[in-house]
Amino acid sequence: MTSPYEPWEETRGAEIISEHSHREGATLVILQALQEAFGYVPEPAITMVASELNLSRAEVFGVFTFYHDFRKEPAGRHVLKLCRAEACQAAGCDALVARAEVKLGIGIGDTTPDARVTFEPVYCLGLCATAPSAMLDGRVVGRLDAARIDALIAEAQR
Amino acid sequence: MTLRLYVPRDAGAVAVGADEVAAALEQAAAKRGTAVEIVRTGSRGLYWLEPMVEVSSPRGRIAFGPLGPADAPSVLEAAISGGHHPLELGLTEEIPFLKRQTRLTFARCGVIDPRSLDDYRTHGGYKGLKRALTLGRDAILAEVAASGLRGRGGAGFPTGIKWKTVADTSADRKYIVCNADEGDSGTFADRMIMEGDPFLVIEGMTIAAIAVGASKGYIYIRSEYPHAVEAMRSAISAARGAGYLGRRIGDSSPSFDLEVRVGAGAYVCGEETSLLESLEGRRGIVRAKPPLPAHKGLFGRPTVINNVLSFAAIPFILSEGAKAYADFGMGRSRGTVPIQLAGNIRYGGLFETAFGVTLGELVDDIGGGTFTGRPVRAAQVGGPLGAYFPRSLFDTPFDYEAFAARDGLIGHGGIVVFDDSIDMARQARFAMEFCALESCGKCTPCRIGSTRGVETIEKIIRGERVAENLAVVEDLCNTMKFGSLCALGGFTPYPVMSALKHFREDFGSTPARLDAAE
Repeated sequence: MTSPYEPWEETRGAEIISEHSHREGATLVILQALQEAFGYVPEPAITMVASELNLSRAEVFGVFTFYHDFRKEPAGRHVLKLCRAEACQAAGCDALVARAEVKLGIGIGDTTPDARVTFEPVYCLGLCATAPSAMLDGRVVGRLDAARIDALIAEAQR
Repeated sequence: MTLRLYVPRDAGAVAVGADEVAAALEQAAAKRGTAVEIVRTGSRGLYWLEPMVEVSSPRGRIAFGPLGPADAPSVLEAAISGGHHPLELGLTEEIPFLKRQTRLTFARCGVIDPRSLDDYRTHGGYKGLKRALTLGRDAILAEVAASGLRGRGGAGFPTGIKWKTVADTSADRKYIVCNADEGDSGTFADRMIMEGDPFLVIEGMTIAAIAVGASKGYIYIRSEYPHAVEAMRSAISAARGAGYLGRRIGDSSPSFDLEVRVGAGAYVCGEETSLLESLEGRRGIVRAKPPLPAHKGLFGRPTVINNVLSFAAIPFILSEGAKAYADFGMGRSRGTVPIQLAGNIRYGGLFETAFGVTLGELVDDIGGGTFTGRPVRAAQVGGPLGAYFPRSLFDTPFDYEAFAARDGLIGHGGIVVFDDSIDMARQARFAMEFCALESCGKCTPCRIGSTRGVETIEKIIRGERVAENLAVVEDLCNTMKFGSLCALGGFTPYPVMSALKHFREDFGSTPARLDAAE
């Protein structure tokens, strides 16, 4: 299994940071770029961002912790997100979440011990007319039912 | 002659297999030796028919759907021979769900290739901008005010007044910000228009920039919408390439350019001041108002911040005139509203219509009731902060004031339908839970009130001192409604109180009797 992400490397991190540091309100953009490259925001990078943008470490750390998207450690190899918002509730997503938890052997919000699958809730993918919906590694899937969720899980576990 | 086929690239269609259908059609055509051109469009918004494929014909486009990849060869055959096919839906424009609509904003969505600026211009694109340039600033502002357009994000503030305030405020630079942080469950109109007609949003923002004298614009799109991000970025670069962005447009304006910024999974960033903080690279903490963003917005500069649908309504208003827009609607709600039918509904999708249609017509008649076939018990209108309406209030017309009068809101126009298996006490708890999860934490009523709300509703669900705890929930809701800084804490009481008021039987009716026995 090869990771789609680069391993953390300080000079590469510095390169990414300086690439975006001139932009208006750069903190969020930089954190996103770091996560895109490494799959998470490595802790040493927080200090580097702060020093580049002339902010305190606390300020950057505050931004990092405010947003649900940022990870402090790498996710599993595949990320399966299941929508739990109202439109998907109306279409029966809760039963699918329970089913997935059993199949994966973990609770929603966790990563399987073999680090293959991270299973997360998401609050609306905007696919509310083809609910319930999910996203597997950026690919959207609608009209989920038991068979479809099983297929998605099998795909993620491969 | 090359046969032209239209297959949506809209995320909602892709989620149910549109990409596979497009590939299968291409394969079937190659096998048959027929030359086809597959145009990837936005969605028409008839989601129960997605993936819906259209075929050009001398009579107009003919629709087929919902297609699976296995249907591709036979559909292609029928398209060529003109023979009958079980999935044929007839002329797209004649499908009742579409025919009944008044599509002013969504006129091109699903029709054109969203990546093609030429296609946009051929279908009337940039006519609004052209007229705006001949009118000049004051006349543009007058036109927007006369149209009666109110913010489509949910607050319903008159767009003309907002723009005029920014135009009248002097500063070294001004900003246009498009709020595309469409986080409300049951809404997807912003996503659809960004994916299906992105140049429309760009045109609307450009007209705003000219009207107020802004030089830079941002479109803040939530990270859950990768397809929309891609569509907007590609449209911006095409518009820039053709000289519609990045240089002076007309003679009275500074140069105007646009940039897409992506959110990072915070619902509260859909609140305008939180969004501005986020754009500035900070935690999305809500700002106290005043100062209004129109005076001190992004980076402390005067800023027009509007929802995607508000900007998307502008080109029509400018090209056809304010009156043409204001002629639609009722009361102080003028023009059309793109309504989104979602959840447990038979005919889910986008329905753009003049204000005034009733909730019952939308849910029962247009939406066809539930897809489970069970009776409709409730409809939540306006996202997670909107009220749950029981059937007895289905005569409420879609109008800002009419919904407010019944303790609800139309919000961003999303309707989520629930059947009779729904437990409203659990829905009320979820509303509090969601608020607790997404609260920015700045004000106490929202931060603490929501957590206390979850705890208290859980007690009610467990049957503990139901009457007393119901009183606590009502009290909490009152504090949150009047004491919160923004709509997250301020509107969470809507779903909670409406559930309590209209569906009281779900809140521990049996335990209430136990209470009496104690």
